[in-house]
Amino acid sequence: MAKITFDGIEVEVEDGTTILQAARKIGGDVVPPAMCFYTPLKGSGGKCRVCLVKVTQGSARDPRPMPKLVASCITPVQDGMVVENTTNEDVLNARKGIVEMLLINHPLDCPICDQAGECDLQNLSYEHGVSATRYEEPRRTFDKVDLGPYIQLHMTRCILCYRCVYTADQITDKRVHGVLGRGDAAEIGTYIENVIDNDFSGNVIDVCPVGALTDKTWRFKNRVWFTKPLNAHRDCPTCSGKVTLWSRGDQVLRVTARKDEYAEVEEFICNTCRFDKKEVSDWTIEGPRNIDRGSVISANHYELPVVNVPIVPNLPKSTVKKMPTE
Amino acid sequence: MGIKILTEHINVPGIETLEVYRKHGGYRSVEKAIKTMTPDEVVEEVKTSGLRGRGGAGFPAGMKWSFLAKPEGIPRYLVCNADESEPGTFKDRVFMEKNPHALVEGMITSSYALGANTSYIYIRGEMMFILRILEKAIAEAYAAGLLGKNILGSGYDLDLHVAPGGGAYICGEETALLESLEGKRGNPRNKPPFPAVKGLFQSPTVVNNVETIASVPWIVNNTGAEYAKIGVGRSTGTKLISASGNINRPGVYEIDLGVPVEEFIYSDEYCGGIWKGKELKAVVPGGSSVPILPKELILKTAAGEDRLMTYESLSDGGFVSGSMLGSGAFIVFDEDQCIVRNTWNYARFYHHESCGQCSPCREGTGWMERVLHRIEHGHGHQQDIDLLVSVAKQIEGNTICPLGDAAAWPVASAIRHFREEFEWHIKHPQEAIAPGAVYREQLAAATV
Repeated sequence: MAKITFDGIEVEVEDGTTILQAARKIGGDVVPPAMCFYTPLKGSGGKCRVCLVKVTQGSARDPRPMPKLVASCITPVQDGMVVENTTNEDVLNARKGIVEMLLINHPLDCPICDQAGECDLQNLSYEHGVSATRYEEPRRTFDKVDLGPYIQLHMTRCILCYRCVYTADQITDKRVHGVLGRGDAAEIGTYIENVIDNDFSGNVIDVCPVGALTDKTWRFKNRVWFTKPLNAHRDCPTCSGKVTLWSRGDQVLRVTARKDEYAEVEEFICNTCRFDKKEVSDWTIEGPRNIDRGSVISANHYELPVVNVPIVPNLPKSTVKKMPTE
Repeated sequence: MGIKILTEHINVPGIETLEVYRKHGGYRSVEKAIKTMTPDEVVEEVKTSGLRGRGGAGFPAGMKWSFLAKPEGIPRYLVCNADESEPGTFKDRVFMEKNPHALVEGMITSSYALGANTSYIYIRGEMMFILRILEKAIAEAYAAGLLGKNILGSGYDLDLHVAPGGGAYICGEETALLESLEGKRGNPRNKPPFPAVKGLFQSPTVVNNVETIASVPWIVNNTGAEYAKIGVGRSTGTKLISASGNINRPGVYEIDLGVPVEEFIYSDEYCGGIWKGKELKAVVPGGSSVPILPKELILKTAAGEDRLMTYESLSDGGFVSGSMLGSGAFIVFDEDQCIVRNTWNYARFYHHESCGQCSPCREGTGWMERVLHRIEHGHGHQQDIDLLVSVAKQIEGNTICPLGDAAAWPVASAIRHFREEFEWHIKHPQEAIAPGAVYREQLAAATV
């Protein structure tokens, strides 16, 4: 076990835990944001650099501070480590700078983006971004790549977190998409013009932190914050069948995996559940799902289940619905 | 004229063949090391020598070797970084092209010291002709029993392979190099774990520059203490310097570390002065990624001492008034060179070569290039200068690998030392875009 001090709060975690996971154990405002790290995906992290923190004391044995800011998602804790995140001016400035970098080439087409309302980049720029851009040049664009009937790729929105690449590597048999090109010309694509065809391919939509990969069956149907999230399950031969339905009235508009407050899926689901089962009768509804994230969905949180759904006793009390402060 | 460790026999006709190379004392270190020394003794000699990594960072090679993890039953690897792509650096290319056996010898001795049974030379894709030269040398060494099974009857086995890269600058970063060598996309890895623990094929690996490895045979033959006598302070030994730019005699020079910069530029033994007798304007002393220094700071430190060609002296004053020895690419600018154009050129290079994995570098290098392009072509605004400083600061230190720093330092230092020139470009776009136009103080005074 290792004891670390994170933003003045002491926490004890297993050896080998990363700083980010230790911070998540504390929870709340001190948790660094993460755009590329995804707990279920091995090897992810370290790329977006928004989770940078300052280690002011390396360990009890070697108390020297680390010279540079470190990515908290990949740096393992050491006993006696002292880490500063929100309490360190340098960290906040660096994060602000990186959010600006992420946004200079982002199209900011949130008004027409299906991800708006549950977008990590949106939340991040709300908290750390600036209102005006210093970037005058044209934003980069890409040729359109068609990934097949289910997944819509908007490369201009991509922040190259590599999560979808790791997903395809780790939960599907054969990856057909990947990162092509280099530098700011790097893009997600298939070689050559290929369709992503796999029972679990839809999971790349869930892991995408921005609106680069979206669900074609849900495209332009509705805004996230108008839909009601419901926990539901079905007896699925391929996957666990545990999903979140996003419905409006008695219409199921979208099916996703169940995600926690850090937008990480509890269990990956199959394409049949995600794309084909869009009737309420396909599902056994368990009750409303608390969306505990700093986004507009939590503002739309409801205390009572929607009509035609059996009331589940002992509903979990709605948790914090904190809107990000300025 | 100092001692020549690396280049002594470089111009001997036929030195690229095993026969001539052995006639000039080649492969003595292999025999000495394998027959009379234990691997730890070789590591100890290299430690004593104070030899520092010649690829740019200047990390002591002996230390790096002693960090190598040695778990039972897991192979260890030595990888030679011959992916020399830093603008201005061409020392390894000349060295390998002329004297391939010297590198092969260094690889055998170093592999023996590290206990590696398979070693690789990762060579830049553009240098395919050198790959053939090396392969020929390796084939000769195999035939002579210097490589392969049971080297010189000692029971030590070593296989040496040459692997070409695809020509990406980023693959000169050690972890990107290992990824590339494994056949993957050349993206740098997150550290820790360091290559000494988990490197090539997840096994402990040492990655060293060509010049570092090629210095090992001399150290083994003549002892580390002897090597440590050359040079000044912690900068021991000799260093190959690739001198280029506006000098009379560009080329690769082997110098004892500690030669004064002024002597290096003006003496006929080395650069031979500025081309056409012009005035010196600025110097990039260690390859495009290190900070540029104006004339008054390259010849003397801020404290007024003579600057020497050593790791310490060149970085004296930090980045406020110093630079770095880097890979030893000494680029000289005369009074007719435009710093803005040059900075833009460097920024363009780093924009092109960024791997695109982490956001500050991917977005920031392109941003800096576009702003510099604008200034150079007469569309800059005054606030662009501060914007560049701020973007460089946002990149520096926040990236996975040092490429972000390498892109930020030249821009930040050019603005630090030549701010008036940038301002002049922005204030006088018409004059500035004229072909060959260069900011001179007199010129600025006339047009204000």
